[in-house]
Amino acid sequence: MLIGNYQETYRSDEALLRTPAVRGWMAALGTAALVFPFVAGDYLLYLANLMGVLAIAALGLNILTGFTGQISLGHAAFMGVGGFGAAFLASRLSVPFWLAVPAGGVMACLAGVVVGVPSLRIKGLYLAIATLAAQVIAEWVFVNWTSVTGGIRGLNVPPARLVGVSLDTDFRIYFLIQAALAAHVWFAANLFRTRWGRAFIAVRDRDIAAELIGVPLFRTKILSFMVSSFYAGMAGGLWAFFVKVVTPENFPLSLSIQLLAMVIVGGLGSIKGTLFGTAFMTLVPEVLKLGVGALRTVWPGAQSYFFPMRDVVFGALIVAFLVFEPHGLAEMWNRTKRFFALWPFEK
Amino acid sequence: MDHFLQLLASGVVTGGIYALVAVGFVIVYKATGIINFATGELMMLGAFFAYTAMTAARAPFALALLVAVVAAGGLGALVERVVLRPLLGQRAISVIMVTIGLSSIFKGVAQMIWSGEYRSFPPIFPRAPLVLGTVILPSRQVWPFAIALAAILLVGLGFRFTRTGTAMRATAGDQQAAFAMGIDIRRVFSLSWSLAAVTAAIAGVVVGTIGGISPQLGAIGLRMFPVVILGGLDSIPGALVGGIAIGVLENMAGGYLDPLLEGGGVKEVVPFVALVAILMIRPYGLFGTREVERL
Amino acid sequence: MAEGPAAPTDDRAILAVERLSLSFGGLAALAAVDLRVRAGSITGIIGPNGAGKTSLLNCISGFYRPDRGRVLLDGEDVTRLPADRRAALGIARTFQSVSLFEGMTVLDNVKLGAHVRQRSGVVSSMLRLPWASREELALREEVEREVFDFLEMEHLRRRTVGSLSYGLQKRVDLARALAMRPRVLLLDEPVAGMNEEETEDMARFILDVQEERGITIVLIEHDMGVVMDLCDRVVALSFGEKLAEGTPGEIQKDPEVIRAYLGEAA
Repeated sequence: MLIGNYQETYRSDEALLRTPAVRGWMAALGTAALVFPFVAGDYLLYLANLMGVLAIAALGLNILTGFTGQISLGHAAFMGVGGFGAAFLASRLSVPFWLAVPAGGVMACLAGVVVGVPSLRIKGLYLAIATLAAQVIAEWVFVNWTSVTGGIRGLNVPPARLVGVSLDTDFRIYFLIQAALAAHVWFAANLFRTRWGRAFIAVRDRDIAAELIGVPLFRTKILSFMVSSFYAGMAGGLWAFFVKVVTPENFPLSLSIQLLAMVIVGGLGSIKGTLFGTAFMTLVPEVLKLGVGALRTVWPGAQSYFFPMRDVVFGALIVAFLVFEPHGLAEMWNRTKRFFALWPFEK
Repeated sequence: MDHFLQLLASGVVTGGIYALVAVGFVIVYKATGIINFATGELMMLGAFFAYTAMTAARAPFALALLVAVVAAGGLGALVERVVLRPLLGQRAISVIMVTIGLSSIFKGVAQMIWSGEYRSFPPIFPRAPLVLGTVILPSRQVWPFAIALAAILLVGLGFRFTRTGTAMRATAGDQQAAFAMGIDIRRVFSLSWSLAAVTAAIAGVVVGTIGGISPQLGAIGLRMFPVVILGGLDSIPGALVGGIAIGVLENMAGGYLDPLLEGGGVKEVVPFVALVAILMIRPYGLFGTREVERL
Repeated sequence: MAEGPAAPTDDRAILAVERLSLSFGGLAALAAVDLRVRAGSITGIIGPNGAGKTSLLNCISGFYRPDRGRVLLDGEDVTRLPADRRAALGIARTFQSVSLFEGMTVLDNVKLGAHVRQRSGVVSSMLRLPWASREELALREEVEREVFDFLEMEHLRRRTVGSLSYGLQKRVDLARALAMRPRVLLLDEPVAGMNEEETEDMARFILDVQEERGITIVLIEHDMGVVMDLCDRVVALSFGEKLAEGTPGEIQKDPEVIRAYLGEAA
């Protein structure tokens, strides 16, 4: 049973990992992540990489939508900007990946400024619709600006090279992706312990009061768009080197919606929630696939139902979580933790 | 000049159908403040309901339309009761996502029942096209437009002149006041969703007669955003004006700009560029009501 | 012998409002209100509901733009400045209804008050650059010393705002305003809804703020006991107009004020 968390200096109270227990768990998690690629099969490695990239994007979306309260239906478009940006630099200008990916991030960040400008005049649902328009327009640009994006055929990306080693397998790029994810999680955790992170949350909770306390509303929203789209751009750039080909089909509206679902199911305004949500929404279709495959012996036609069933399950999960567990997996996790912290007492 | 008139006329006709889709959306937003992302899929289901009635039960078109309307109305009420009522008062993003989730469920279920194949209605309307001077409008465009227009007028008049319609408008204006006046808010919500599903179903049937039916039909629902932003999220006359305006804009852009640009697809993107422009200049659209902020 | 001119007043008007007028669609909330607040004083604003008290505070803090008139902070015209700029210049306020940020702990709510005084940018904070971390730690120490200790709130640090009683929430509201290190503090009904003990605590804190920090205070209140005990000057509003101004004792006896509160019969 956990009785208290006693710190003796302000410095230690301000730290990110405040108790030995938490530090221990983090170390265990890190070790598990390092060992994983050596024991997992190819497909699991691919999934882990996919989840890693999507988690970075989802984290960015959570920063904008969960922490700052600005609904965005166009997050995939920013991934596309970063993805095509990095791919263009790498394939046409031979820029190495460690420059190309962050450059893609910066390009996405600038796109975020453009999309965020309307927030000066409009808010709430209207801003959400503006982001939807941005997504549609971006998709059109990806298809039609063939000189940069390669049009429908897209761009092929040479594998990333790190100290002479070519990161062309799932095993090798795993470490890059997970390191990037860890870094982005750390950045986000830092953000919300400090000045601007607090400002983001204030704008979400009570924007008028925030302004009267001195938080510049427009600047704060633009900064949130910038950070959020930078994350998406980085995810897009990493995706480019992960899949090694970037086409406009990779960044559709349905991806924006998937990312939103991950953030909501995981828990808006919770960093670990985003990680849970990404893993959950990626693994559920995989489990479904296994289930449908297993049914094949009893019901041969089952296979053709996989895609529509996936849609139904996706939609049903969203609806179920919003109706029964609106604060998402993070809240379920916290409840469980509280239960064990107080055990054998209740409440 | 002929080209221009042809584009204009086709645009108006397409726009009328957009307007019908938009009306369903406006009804829900007016009464409940919810943005319904499932409008497209409700259209799709309505089309399938009518199609099934016509092919499996050999019903004539008018009866099939009626079946679709009743089924859709029931579905709308069911959705409201089971899914949306529990979410009353929750934040905007939750409700948006619920309607998105519903649209996914509808799409999947439709595909499971009717498969992803593309189907067409048996021939319904008389073949003769409408000829206005140099402009020729095929019957498969004109008849749906007429139906759409009739439906919009019915809804508009209903809102204006019936007791139920007034109750809905009152609830849209101020829920608490309406409740205090003895209006059954829950019934109004239920009715709003049913009515929205009904108009969507009619729109779906109409679209289905033009371009065929498949579970992907709902994608047209996206088109309604430029329409309702231009017309005003809570205005039915706005939906009509906005629908026709966007229809014309789309057609003109497609007709004049498509040949100039390499990839094409201008028709799809121009309405959204217009949407952004409108949001920057006049966010509440032509006829929408301004929202007021209080401390 | 002719009397010389009146002794020059030494009061520096740190806050002044000149002919302030505001109307909402034909309804006048404020009608040509004049006000001069002396630095370091506590001024009370009283009046029946709808008199324009909160509108006055809203105009001073920047939430409303007046139709006519000016707001001056230490002689500087701030009428055209947005609210966040005025906060940076030293105008802080608390709110009539709870306006705390429910998604943050008490500690974070209070720290947010110092937003205008911090310099860290987004990137330096996310990368945890040394000077950004130093600033954050320094802020923590300052907030503990100047606010949590002062308002006896240490035990509330990590509590979520929603779990606090109403009286404690109002204290956090005050704490957040103090973290701004303001020159002028506007309090909108600071003791509304509080029991006797909470009211006494809050009154004591308000006096301490004035005496120990030298902050100028303008407060709206309905609790006459608090107004009479705390305020150096009292301004009475009714239907958007200034009825009377003076010391608490003078206001209590002013016939216009009595009439506005109690009706013609008095």
